[in-house]
Amino acid sequence: MTKTCTFTLDGKTIPFEEGETIMEAASAAGVYIPHLCHHPEFKPHGSCKLCTVNIGGRLGAACTNRAADGMKVDSETEALNADRRALTQMLFVEGNHICPSCEKSGNCQLQAVAYHLEMLTPHFTHFYPARDIDASHPDVLIERNRCILCELCVRASRDVDGKNVFGIGGRGIKSRLIVNSASGRLADTNMSVTDRAAEVCPTGAILRKRHGFTVPIGKRLYDHHDIAEVPEAGLKEPRRD
Amino acid sequence: MKLKVATCSLAGCFGCHMSLLDIDEKLFDLLKVVEFDRSPITDIKHCGPCDIGIVEGGVCNAENVHVLKEFRKNCKVLVAMGACAITGGIPALRNNVDLWDCFQEVYHYGIGLENGQIPNDPELPLPFDKVHPINEVVRIDYFLPGCPPSADAIWKFLTDLAAGHEPKLDYEMLHYD
Repeated sequence: MTKTCTFTLDGKTIPFEEGETIMEAASAAGVYIPHLCHHPEFKPHGSCKLCTVNIGGRLGAACTNRAADGMKVDSETEALNADRRALTQMLFVEGNHICPSCEKSGNCQLQAVAYHLEMLTPHFTHFYPARDIDASHPDVLIERNRCILCELCVRASRDVDGKNVFGIGGRGIKSRLIVNSASGRLADTNMSVTDRAAEVCPTGAILRKRHGFTVPIGKRLYDHHDIAEVPEAGLKEPRRD
Repeated sequence: MKLKVATCSLAGCFGCHMSLLDIDEKLFDLLKVVEFDRSPITDIKHCGPCDIGIVEGGVCNAENVHVLKEFRKNCKVLVAMGACAITGGIPALRNNVDLWDCFQEVYHYGIGLENGQIPNDPELPLPFDKVHPINEVVRIDYFLPGCPPSADAIWKFLTDLAAGHEPKLDYEMLHYD
């Protein structure tokens, strides 16, 4: 079906179907808008705010705002990219994102977005929060130091796997990834390594065990490709990195 | 006139300095435009007034702070080189382990240790309970990430700086690991 409605994104005409979000229409037209909590397979979450765009003078998340005919949207502006960089820096200092010690490095979308935005330093004072690791499950590891609370695992487990293994507990800065079992341990859930939730984490917070270095550091996706060139490549199922 | 450059390694592994040496024969080109002051390369112990100071490693003890302040005082432009200087890096992995527990593990319970004792010579610098990136202690002008930054990245960065450009890394030169 031909798309009849259009809006402009940074001056470029983007066709869309009724009901599509700005993010969906832009992705279909091959235009990248930086994002972390958005994933085309799941319901929009609108929490990371990286995809904030200027919609006719007002700021809104591209992943939650529907496209409208004739709408004028700006994304690649200096001001918006400066905001995106600051948000990314805050995500870095809020957790313990020590890339040289992380097996996800090079395939990590948080890192890839930071590369894309040319983030040279996390700038803000590091929190170095005390967060724990759950290595109880035989095949899946939870490393909460790297969690950015995007809720992709929550959505994948609930909406695709039908298991409801994950949730976010606490409030504000105390928010954390929790596991739906009486003990709070992943081993005591019916989580399986083949679950969508085991593959969907954009950072190194949920990892399949014993696969970390199948591809060596330096030969990974974002070592050589800007995430804007390959926005969907990190999302393919099943991802084997 | 040649640019005066000082370098040092604080709470780092000298990997960034190894990467600096890894620019190989281009070091000769570099030496046409720069002269090293305090640096592990020259073994000069204190720096005088410099154009560029390059700091590897984060801040993990009192001596690191003294060195860093000496660099800030003497260098017109101060550069944080590598993951440790910029984020605390691998040494910052100890930030959520109690310092005493760290010492116990390293000097008493580590594999192969017998009758270990925790060093307490007054000449040893006082360790901090947490490792910090250097921009939490002094103002930093430029950041050159990487663990370590590649020789190409260091070369590009330094030649941009020496030429008076804002340093700009190509996509593949910018990495955090």
